[in-house]
Amino acid sequence: MPFRVSTALHRRPGLVLALLLAPPLAWMGVVYLGSLLALVAQSFFHLDDFSGVVVRRLTLATYRDLFTPAHGDIVRRTAVMAAAVTLADAVLAFPLAYYLARYAGPRMRAALTLAVLMPLWSSYLVRVYFWKLILAKEGVVSWAFARMGLTPVLDGVLSLPVIGGPSLSVSSLGTFIAFVYVWLPYMVLPVAAALERVPRSCLEASADLGARPAQTFRNVTLPLALPGLAAGAIFTFSLTLGDFVVPGALGNSSLFIGQAVLAYQGTAGNVPLAAAFTVVPMALMAVFLVVARRLGAFEAL
Amino acid sequence: MTPAVRLRGVTRRFGDVTALRDVSLDVADGEFFSLLGPSGSGKTTCLRLIAGFDRPDAGTIELRGVPAEDLPPYDRDVNTVFQDYALFPHMSVAENVGYGLRIRKVPPAERARRVGEALEMVRLPGVGARRPSQLSGGQRQRVALARALVNRPRVLLLDEPLGALDLKLRQQMQLELTALQEQLGITFLHVTHDQEEALAMSDRLAVFRDGRLEQVGTPAEVYEHPATPFVADFVGVSNLLEGRVAEAIAGSARAFTIRPEKIRMLPEAAVPEAGECAVTGRIRDVVYLGMHTRYVIEVGEGTVLTVVEQNRETTAADVHRHRGRAVRLAWNPAHNHVLGA
Repeated sequence: MPFRVSTALHRRPGLVLALLLAPPLAWMGVVYLGSLLALVAQSFFHLDDFSGVVVRRLTLATYRDLFTPAHGDIVRRTAVMAAAVTLADAVLAFPLAYYLARYAGPRMRAALTLAVLMPLWSSYLVRVYFWKLILAKEGVVSWAFARMGLTPVLDGVLSLPVIGGPSLSVSSLGTFIAFVYVWLPYMVLPVAAALERVPRSCLEASADLGARPAQTFRNVTLPLALPGLAAGAIFTFSLTLGDFVVPGALGNSSLFIGQAVLAYQGTAGNVPLAAAFTVVPMALMAVFLVVARRLGAFEAL
Repeated sequence: MTPAVRLRGVTRRFGDVTALRDVSLDVADGEFFSLLGPSGSGKTTCLRLIAGFDRPDAGTIELRGVPAEDLPPYDRDVNTVFQDYALFPHMSVAENVGYGLRIRKVPPAERARRVGEALEMVRLPGVGARRPSQLSGGQRQRVALARALVNRPRVLLLDEPLGALDLKLRQQMQLELTALQEQLGITFLHVTHDQEEALAMSDRLAVFRDGRLEQVGTPAEVYEHPATPFVADFVGVSNLLEGRVAEAIAGSARAFTIRPEKIRMLPEAAVPEAGECAVTGRIRDVVYLGMHTRYVIEVGEGTVLTVVEQNRETTAADVHRHRGRAVRLAWNPAHNHVLGA
């Protein structure tokens, strides 16, 4: 019998697995984990204030610096924003995903999926700066409020502390709107995928057993959609935690974690503090996943 | 007495397809009633209309005398055992079974007691803590049954409940279901495409074809006096004889059917008994089925008859040697069923 590679491999399933996994493992191990470890290691060094040189000696000094009130504000602001954006995206995405999964015919589904995905085809920088124009004082939103005679309402909202500002384009509210917009597709698609897997007969069984639509939603639909919501939330939450473009373009002068990282590793040359700031989103995500797991988000997977 | 379920002129269309056409039906209280038909005949549509998952385009549905066609499923005193069981994957078996009671705010202590009883009734005690995914198909089927029965509905709807089970388990569940129905005394409305199952389990059955009701009756009536050639053929196997062949055998051109098990297969030269119907033919196909053998016999004029014989003495090798052999078929004309008579 002639020698064949396929036959040789057939007899050694372990070798097949090794060949299959070697490239991604090499990539993950060296490039991905390596850089991550280097980053975490950096966060345990500290910057000598006088010389401006990074001292490569293990210390918690940088983390002490991280928990000063000014830096704590940045962390809190970013975490609250990420949570708010995630919640808003979930609320906005769910009905659309429900319609996609339960009611839309094949053509409608294709058209809507395309519409959800299309924004991802253009640069997100461009889209964020367009939001700056839309939300600006002379922008279409202010104009629309003025035409409807609702300018006082807009001014009232903008005069609120924390979320307000001189105009929507320079306020936390504007940052929030742009964040909700840019990450929405990342919520719609996993939720729709999860809802599609909920058998119609399960919903019928719930009604058959006496549950009104609201009860069926709470007891069956929502728990079974939870893995999708969790997956979407992982995207929206982590993307918001690390972003510096949206708050840079639309925010007021108060910083987000992403901006702090950018500033400290760049102009300030304080790589340890930038690294420590980067560890914060990772820790927050870990907490987030533990909470999601406690809520049973991964049980129906 | 008010029937448990009454349909009058029920019609349901899906686009151009009429799934159910002018169906009228009474199911008595406490009856085991089967809706029998091939796939696409409208039997499941009928069940879904009674459960309330779907609404008729025309006609009325009454549950115990109360008009129900506008009632949502959660306001109907019926429960369903789904074909795919439709157990909630994120709940334990006990939570699944107790779902209806929880919705109706039955106190936890009573709920736990009734869930335990229901699981015992379907002979699955002690699996309450497990997830549906940890059970076998037959066990899931029992859980689905317990989940419906624990609510003590007036009518239990079963949508091909045994379809996914293997033969042995199916036969066992047939017996258990009928025993359970007798014990509980509630109305069972059972959808199936398996005529043997319908004959074995039902007090009465309705045969569906292309969205219409072909015949309603007891298993004996439907089997022995099929109203149409379709019923004769679908319920059991039937040989249809018509035209010149019918005239040659029975002396009349009126079409009639004869069941395969009524026909005796004799050597070609054998003389039938006086007054018997008889015809000669040639064995075209032999299908060995273990317990019995099915012979397909050409009797001329393009007519083929199916004959079933017990393998009392014969082996597989014996019966296969019969292929191509000329034979004489004979039967008692009392078993002829003249159609439309």
